Amino acid sequence: MPATFTRQTVETERKDPGFGGKPPLDRRPTGGGGGDENWDSRHSGRRGPRELLIRYRMAVLSGLAGDFVFFAVLVSAFFVRQSSGHIDPSENFVSDWHPLAAPPILWLNTALLLLSTVTIEIARRQLFREIDVMEEWLGLGRPAVRRAAPWLIATIVLGSLFLIGQWIAWQQLAQQGFFFSSNPNSHFFYLVTGTHGIHLVLGIAALIFALVAMFRFKRVEMRQITVDCTSWYWHAMGLFWLFLFALLVFFQ
Amino acid sequence: MNLDKKRRRLFTTESLALARLYLFLALLAVVTGTILSLLMRLHRTWPNLALPIHGAILPEDYLALVTMHGTLMVFFVLTVVPQSAFPNLVLLAQIGSPRMAFPRLNAAAFWITTASLLTLLAAFFVPQGAPISGWTAYPPLSALAAAGPGQATGMDLWLIAITLFCLAAVLSSINLLATILTRRCPGMTFTRLPLTVWSWLVSSSLTVIAFSALFAAASMLLADRHFGTSFFLPPSVVINGVPQRNGSGSPMLWLHLFWFFGHPEVYIAILPGMGLASSLLANFTRRSVPGYRLMIVATLLIGFLGLGVWGHHMFVSGMNPYAGTAFGLTTIAISVPSSAEILTWLVMLFRGRIQLATPMLFILGFLSFFIAGGLTGPILAQPALDAYLHNTFFVVAHFHLVMAMAGVFSLFAGIYYWFPLLTGRRMNEALGQIHFWISLIAAYGAFFPMHFAGLAGEPRHYAQLSGPVESFARLIPVERGITWSAFLLAAAQLIFLFNVFRSARRGALAGPNPWRATTLEWSPLEHPNVSRGPYAYGPDVSPSSDFLSQWDSEKPFSP
Repeated sequence: MPATFTRQTVETERKDPGFGGKPPLDRRPTGGGGGDENWDSRHSGRRGPRELLIRYRMAVLSGLAGDFVFFAVLVSAFFVRQSSGHIDPSENFVSDWHPLAAPPILWLNTALLLLSTVTIEIARRQLFREIDVMEEWLGLGRPAVRRAAPWLIATIVLGSLFLIGQWIAWQQLAQQGFFFSSNPNSHFFYLVTGTHGIHLVLGIAALIFALVAMFRFKRVEMRQITVDCTSWYWHAMGLFWLFLFALLVFFQ
Repeated sequence: MNLDKKRRRLFTTESLALARLYLFLALLAVVTGTILSLLMRLHRTWPNLALPIHGAILPEDYLALVTMHGTLMVFFVLTVVPQSAFPNLVLLAQIGSPRMAFPRLNAAAFWITTASLLTLLAAFFVPQGAPISGWTAYPPLSALAAAGPGQATGMDLWLIAITLFCLAAVLSSINLLATILTRRCPGMTFTRLPLTVWSWLVSSSLTVIAFSALFAAASMLLADRHFGTSFFLPPSVVINGVPQRNGSGSPMLWLHLFWFFGHPEVYIAILPGMGLASSLLANFTRRSVPGYRLMIVATLLIGFLGLGVWGHHMFVSGMNPYAGTAFGLTTIAISVPSSAEILTWLVMLFRGRIQLATPMLFILGFLSFFIAGGLTGPILAQPALDAYLHNTFFVVAHFHLVMAMAGVFSLFAGIYYWFPLLTGRRMNEALGQIHFWISLIAAYGAFFPMHFAGLAGEPRHYAQLSGPVESFARLIPVERGITWSAFLLAAAQLIFLFNVFRSARRGALAGPNPWRATTLEWSPLEHPNVSRGPYAYGPDVSPSSDFLSQWDSEKPFSP
């Protein structure tokens, strides 16, 4: 059974029966064993609908942790370069850092990326709606997929617009004469936006894969996992971009 | 059909087969690394010795030996065996799971590691040979192809090999983390995990963080070398009178990034050995681990604090001295959980009925080396003392005792202990004891005198001590003694190899639980159900024996 979000509480509240009251018989609506009950005392494979999902989420989280460290290393290189300089002939320390004004289109791109994180979150939630998942699991069409697909397509479109916007920003800088190897600042601008851009290209490839998977995968569970993991990756890239954007705009 | 089966056998995702493959990979690496170290010892003692075919060992050849010895041993022996080979061997069994969380990812990690080793070994055969910048690859020596022989193609191959290794390590750790967190069998709560599994949990987390940092740093160094960037390349570098490309980078950045990886790396290398020590000491003293939860906390603390001590490799690098003080404090702090673990082990020895089987001997040896090497850690952790001792043989003694000997002895202990799981047979006890005693004495003979050489000021990385420089000529007898011990140590390993390969075919058949252990890897059941902790040893745990295994008296699982 695939995972769902259940709105109502599973356990009913009980008050103490006191003297002469009825003993608390176990009358749970699900008959017991619902949710994550007794995770540790069941075999793997029988722990409930979220088991495979959680395993894949662990893997994505670990991978993102490593990726975060990768970006942290780039950022630390940025700060080290900021403090670099040389001694000029009159023995003065001259900084080599020339703050670069980020092209204003970056603000629009950031807005587009944030919007895309909203759309992909909506897409992810569509795939977990209880009634639709039940219908899919019973083989009655794919209502969840049909709900999620437009939002996924919207995310792909917005992500592509972001990348096009980044490309325009690069063109604008190039027109003004700032290339990859012009000076340390432009170098870092291209490096940071380029690395993040490559990650986003991979993210868009993953989104397209998820879109196709939604229609081709036969197991509901795997459809959910594909979109869920892709969305966590996309959220992380959005979060990383917020930090990188703040770095490029406010920390020059 | 035949080809299909062969392909499945070769590209297997089966955990035990991968463990065997990893062990063979590490065997190749350790044999190569040992030969390189013996060549180093030969050159230091008899500098004018001419090798057949190659001729005399030039100073740059010596540095290439140093570089490749360090790289092979640290990465392909001390990271691969405890972090990849042993988990593939016993993790699934110890948590009662039939499969890894991501078996194909696990297999892919092995093949990427193999590609990495082959790339590294290829550096010997390219024009100008292997790189000479040490396993630490400090720029600008490592950033400029003209900086020395072997720094062109050899250095590129080294960097590519390391980058591949980082990728493989991270992928393998993602699999291990997901497996430990989500595939434990019923009843295997976190506080019933063997301490080996806890150590893999911590070392896998450290791997994800540390190796990602090295991946980024190595990519940046490759970019410096080939894409015109200058992360690490400073301005005004002149080689042989020729000014090089003016960079605007900082070699200090490499030091910070590399050691941010480098220090957690040594904890990744030793933590599984420490977990194994706890398990084996419990097994062979027939006592539980006192303060099991304390050991868990100590392991977590060592892992966590290990991320904050990297600056103690950089006390004399020109770093801000106040930063040196801060790193000195964190380094001293990390000796607290390590001491807690050591004291727990000593308490187990005092309270237990010690059975001197070969795995136990090697764990006692591990303990001995760990204490001996560990005691010089707080000495080197003081910036004031390190100012003198940095880059002397005192440091070489410290890390060889702690990593090479303690770490390697824990690997030996693991192999002797888990040999029945791989082959169904036991290794020969008599040969094992001979192997242990000769190795112990020869290792102390090789590495202990290095302390005194270091205190006398003998520097690292000098190709020879005689000739124009006379100050260290009086240490040459010490060097000779070290060389003889080193050769004896290497020779003793031949006994081990003979024992391994002979026992694999003709060793005494081992029963299902030859060491009378409690942990699940010795369980005959396929789907265990756990209802107690991992170290139920002792005279009062069961009326009929002195241990109660973790899988004992369980009901078969009913759906």
